Amino acid sequence: MTEALKPQFKPAAKAVTPHKMLNPKGKLHGGAKAPMDTQQVLEALRLMMLGRAFDTKCFSLQRQGKIGTFAPLHGQEASIVGSAMALNPASDWVVPQYRETPAMLRQGYPLEQVILYREGHPQGGFVPDGIKVLQFQISLAAQIPHAVGLAWGMQIQQQDGVAVAYFGDGSSSEGDFHESCNLAGVLKAPVIFLLQNNQWAISTPRDIQSAASDLAARAPGYGFPGISVDGNDLFAVYQATADAVARARAGDGPTLIECHTYRMWAHTTADDPTRYVDEKEEKRWGTRDPIDRVQRYLSDAGHWDDTIAQQWEQEITDEIQSAFDAAAKLAPAGPEALYEHVFETPTDTLIRQRTAHLQEQ
Amino acid sequence: MVRLTMVEAIRETLRAEMLRDERVILMGEDVGHLGGVFRATDGLRQQFGAQRVIDTPLAESVIAGSAVGLAISGLVPVFEMQFLGFSQNAFHQICQQVARTRFRTRGSHSCPITIRAPFGGNVRTPELHSDSMEAQYAQSTGMKVVMPSTAYDAKGLLASAIRDPDPVLFLEPLRGYRLVSDEVPDEDYTIEFGQLRTMREGSDVTIVTWSASVPVVEQAVEQLVAEGIDPHVVDLRTVVPLDEAGLVAAVEKTGRCVVVHESPAAAGFGAEVITLLQEQAFYSLQAPLIRVTAPDAPYPPPGIEGYYIPTSDRVVHAVREALVD
Repeated sequence: MTEALKPQFKPAAKAVTPHKMLNPKGKLHGGAKAPMDTQQVLEALRLMMLGRAFDTKCFSLQRQGKIGTFAPLHGQEASIVGSAMALNPASDWVVPQYRETPAMLRQGYPLEQVILYREGHPQGGFVPDGIKVLQFQISLAAQIPHAVGLAWGMQIQQQDGVAVAYFGDGSSSEGDFHESCNLAGVLKAPVIFLLQNNQWAISTPRDIQSAASDLAARAPGYGFPGISVDGNDLFAVYQATADAVARARAGDGPTLIECHTYRMWAHTTADDPTRYVDEKEEKRWGTRDPIDRVQRYLSDAGHWDDTIAQQWEQEITDEIQSAFDAAAKLAPAGPEALYEHVFETPTDTLIRQRTAHLQEQ
Repeated sequence: MVRLTMVEAIRETLRAEMLRDERVILMGEDVGHLGGVFRATDGLRQQFGAQRVIDTPLAESVIAGSAVGLAISGLVPVFEMQFLGFSQNAFHQICQQVARTRFRTRGSHSCPITIRAPFGGNVRTPELHSDSMEAQYAQSTGMKVVMPSTAYDAKGLLASAIRDPDPVLFLEPLRGYRLVSDEVPDEDYTIEFGQLRTMREGSDVTIVTWSASVPVVEQAVEQLVAEGIDPHVVDLRTVVPLDEAGLVAAVEKTGRCVVVHESPAAAGFGAEVITLLQEQAFYSLQAPLIRVTAPDAPYPPPGIEGYYIPTSDRVVHAVREALVD
């Protein structure tokens, strides 16, 4: 018997500790400096609160049958907003999965468009000219190659934008994630893989998705760095994304950011998490709320109090209502919409089918 | 005017389109340094550089998926699926993303992408290199499916594909790459999609075919003519869009029809052709409509592929059947 050859590459024995900057009490971790100024923190808080209030309202409307199935963002606000805040909406692309409404709003995407989308109006798919977002993506991980393509296209055209692909721990098991990381590594494409590890893919927990100690640990296998951060920590997510953006703009290629967060609500309005979620675990994550800690931080600095909170709540309610009012002004779509935008110019076959369909009405 | 093989016509069209429009980029497995496994992109990397003729990792899904992002960023990607059979590794990106982006976004984002893919049998390839899948992609609404059978058509249709604002699957019959050659004008021209080509005027029976089956039908026609039968023969050239009016007129002319294609029968594109004729040409029909296709079985090992793909003998037999009153 000869001695076995020792593999040079071994899995890590245990997960790393995610980077943290702002703790749940709203205090900066030892030595950490706030990476955002007060104005930026207020902008981020507003987007986080708006995102949560909007999905809360949509949840109740869904229960009344007024909108369709959707995926709420509760618990993931810091991952979504902290990353988006590190982007320049004029040059950088947000490529969402389906929970990232506030990141799209930061890019300038109108809230009434999200409402139309959730109402099932075809016009909800429209992206206004010049707004650098892709539409919500229902096919899991399918948007990640699109982000790589956008980044690659900007690289070829010598633009200095970056693209951020949002996806989850479940999507990190999809081939499209791995093919995308591999290609982006080869190209040194200016793309950021923003993995929101919310611990659940519907009912399937994180440890069933992968034997890797950390999902971010896969990055070196594709030739670029990975970083693990507390995904409920606005500052840590922002800092990690800002660093990744700087790397990408400098031509140093992609970064995989794993944000450790928790899906506090159901997967979608059609899901029943009481069948599988451990209540204790959920409570523990509840004490790490991403919004509470930012409010505490601002309160300590004298920029937040009950009066401001009440005022903001009213303003946010009004903003959401006016978006619903704007969406309601659009007439419902008719059957002719089935035949529009299949091609730039409809084929003879589509014209024949449309004519027959409209005559039946 | 010069005589070109089909692969030469494709290469020269790619070159001309890259010269015409600097947004056009070529990408795929082995398309750069090697010039493609069939040399369809030979010399183009030397001419246009590695930024525009790009060797990708071996990963079909991200080739198709990144093309969506490249297109939205303002480029015009032309990517090669090394063989159509491998395109199923990217089926979700092609059907769900490339083909549906315009519809999903109400026209705000579009995918002017050309997917070139060789396919077709009788070249003794390993498994999954020969399958005909046009019907699968014809159902992938939002994408055009173009299937030239001559070098002349390959040039005009490929130029149209690259200039089209919508995604086009451009299927290249690989057996014809070097076996098929014909006169191709030097100057720029395009061929409009949805215009079938009348290969032969005739009055007894209409034969409808496309792409890889065209040479098989040509051989059958020689024998039929020798027997005193006068077939009318059309090449669809594009299955999406389909030349409905041209097809109906071609069959109304004779009242009889044989459809020939290389893919399996069930839900093959011939089924669509025959249904359309039943709907729109019913009262002109003199005989049952007949299909000559592969059986509803997987593409076989090369030792028996000759039994799988339609032969000219089977076409001749089917035509005789269609002529029985």
